[in-house]
Amino acid sequence: MSGRETKTFVVTRFDPDRDEAPRTQEYEVPVRGDWKVLDALNYIKDEVDPTLSHRWSCRMAVCGSCGMQVNGEPKLTCKTALREYGERVEVGPLANFPVVRDLVIEMDGFMERLSAVKPWILEAKGAAEVEGPHRQTPDELAAFKQYSMCINCMLCYAACPVVANEPDFLGPAALALGHRYNQDSRDHGASERHEVFRGEGGVFSCSYANECSEVCPKNVDPSKAIQQAKLLNVLDWAKGFVVPRGGK
Amino acid sequence: MVEVLRHDVVIVGGGGAGLRAAIAAVEADPKASVALVSKVYPMRSHTVSAEGGAAAVARADDSLEMHGYDTVKGSDFLGDQDHIQYFVEQAPKELTLLEHWGCPWSRNDDGSVATRAFGGMTTKRTWYAADKVGFHMLHSLFQHSLRFDRIVRYDEYFVTKLLVLDGRVHGVAALDVREGVVRAILGRAVILATGGAGKAFPFTTNGNIKTGDGMALAYREGVALKDMEFVQYHPTGLPGTGILITEAARGEGGTLKNADGERFLVTRDYGVGKKAELGPRDMISRAIMLEIQAGRGVEGPYGEHVLLDLRHLGEEKIDTRIPFVRELAKTYAFVDPVYEPIPIRPVLHYMMGGVDTDIDGATTLPGLYAAGETACGSINGANRLGSNSLTECLVFGARSGAHAVRYASGAGAPDEARARAQAEEEAARLDGIRGAGRGDEPIVRVRQEMNRSMEAGCGVYREQGSMARTCKELAGLQARAERLKLTDTSKVFNTEIVAALELWNLLDVAEAIANAAASRKESRGAHACSDYPARNDAEYLYHTLVLRGPDGRPRLGKKPVTLGIWEPEERKY
Repeated sequence: MSGRETKTFVVTRFDPDRDEAPRTQEYEVPVRGDWKVLDALNYIKDEVDPTLSHRWSCRMAVCGSCGMQVNGEPKLTCKTALREYGERVEVGPLANFPVVRDLVIEMDGFMERLSAVKPWILEAKGAAEVEGPHRQTPDELAAFKQYSMCINCMLCYAACPVVANEPDFLGPAALALGHRYNQDSRDHGASERHEVFRGEGGVFSCSYANECSEVCPKNVDPSKAIQQAKLLNVLDWAKGFVVPRGGK
Repeated sequence: MVEVLRHDVVIVGGGGAGLRAAIAAVEADPKASVALVSKVYPMRSHTVSAEGGAAAVARADDSLEMHGYDTVKGSDFLGDQDHIQYFVEQAPKELTLLEHWGCPWSRNDDGSVATRAFGGMTTKRTWYAADKVGFHMLHSLFQHSLRFDRIVRYDEYFVTKLLVLDGRVHGVAALDVREGVVRAILGRAVILATGGAGKAFPFTTNGNIKTGDGMALAYREGVALKDMEFVQYHPTGLPGTGILITEAARGEGGTLKNADGERFLVTRDYGVGKKAELGPRDMISRAIMLEIQAGRGVEGPYGEHVLLDLRHLGEEKIDTRIPFVRELAKTYAFVDPVYEPIPIRPVLHYMMGGVDTDIDGATTLPGLYAAGETACGSINGANRLGSNSLTECLVFGARSGAHAVRYASGAGAPDEARARAQAEEEAARLDGIRGAGRGDEPIVRVRQEMNRSMEAGCGVYREQGSMARTCKELAGLQARAERLKLTDTSKVFNTEIVAALELWNLLDVAEAIANAAASRKESRGAHACSDYPARNDAEYLYHTLVLRGPDGRPRLGKKPVTLGIWEPEERKY
């Protein structure tokens, strides 16, 4: 594992103060056999070119900072082993996002989408405050647990063909998160979220390409969440004709 | 001219403590406006990496008294007992609140919250969400915080200075990393919640952002850092990367073995008694180091290690209770714990010390508060028990948020003109640093030498000679760090200037750690001094304070420990 082999990293550079368009820069890096893509970027930053900008922190695939395109595919760079790649490795900023600089993308749009789906427990109107923890069985927990595992790394946005074409699309991570709360036995806000879901850029914009679930490093399966949400949304919409709103 | 932004309370740091403080502040005062300033997006905060759980009494066979005693004993009697009493009382309320806010706690079959065993805890009182407790806590808090319009976020703003006028804090100067400009964020109270400083060391579980920023900000304004000599080595990190393998792996039944396959915590006397693998972290880390020194370690590409064996738990239990352990071991150690033991060794994990606060989170500088790992509210004393720190973030985050907003409502308005002038000076200072091209010391070299020196002087075992050497080396590195070589002249997302600012913060914190350590000529908790192997209550039952002297060098002081409930006794398990 300690032997070093040299790989060439073709890294996208862009400084809005200097560059009109992104360019690439090549770096030779002596890599260890157990390195991830992120280790090579940190080597470049420390030892070769301190002007390279990239985000990272936990280096254990849970903070969600270091998503990038690696050979054209969205990857969490701290989790992506270099030994799976050949002599040349291309690293660029996540697709489908505006670029701030080099490998750093603009996140404002994503943060707004997260808030839009009301990702918090909505209590029933007029409900008494619960003393102590709610009861929630392991089965009730399992109904949403998978959808609560999203680390907001945004690889799914980089992979999604709808995000690429429809600027208003709330996107896989945000919709899956909204669905996560709808599936939580402690939550009573499904109807409110269904209104968001059926609006512009909601669940029905999803074309079920499934790319999001394929690139998700945490097996959240946003595609499944969105398909479930579509069905529940139709039921909620139909229910609106039978029971007046607020009569849940 | 520097832009001025106005709020009532300014919180620096968006992890567990900062978010909890923000929510508490807006709930305590229906008109208050809170700035949540973080150098990253809040969900990137290092709370996210905590794995095993959060402690609070939940079972019929448990009591607040037992949680209190375990914590005091774990602290090697250096915790403040009145603070600990408050902490254990509030703990169940805070974890319940988090449950109401959506945290997906693991459950028993009847739907009640499940608890697991943890090191140094008498019974099962650690609440968990599989083995991603910090992740779920952080995201639950962050998502809940989005409900409140009055929590105004400043994401990717690096706070470089506290604005202090007439002996009280008026806000902060912060570098907007994306734009590369300094702004003045004014508030009548400021809460520091920036986490610890693990990156002062070479081998740590901590993420890249754990650079002691809040500790350094307070220290430079004359606030004392307390008990800095006590740094926690977690027994089970992956060799090479330092990635954390949670104590829950042992809580669920994992065992530690040496090269001979011997369960050394059972077969040899390391002071942990029947607790074996569930002894406190300081003792188990020392036991591993002694096993390795005795030649019973396993040789690996990153030096010697011992083994964490989970095979007897079986695939199903591993996948239900500690799935992240399996993912981490496979991804980063290329080992599947269902079939092979995991190589592990002690790794720098947590700062027991921090900004000296009272029970409200208040510091000696009026208007300045601290909470979470940044603070030292003396819950943890000389050694923290695993799963107390996430709870601490909530309990004291909430209390400091409520108290800060109360202080702010009674304090006079900030002096805007003078505060802005301070921020202007700060902007000019940063302009002078950015891409200056004058220095000759690469950031990476100074950082690596600091890391090496900290490990040599402030490791699991310490001795007077090496600690003194580290103090001297750090002073030399401070001088070299004045000549850092910066080459990136761009304003937009300049991570080089951020790395320089972080290194300066780390050096101040590292000096505080090393000087405090050198002054304590006894062994207590995580401070294991080879020259003075016994605890010495007669001379050293006090908190160490480190203050920045007029020459910039650390000065030492003392503060009494609050006892009164549990008398100090020999710490044996």
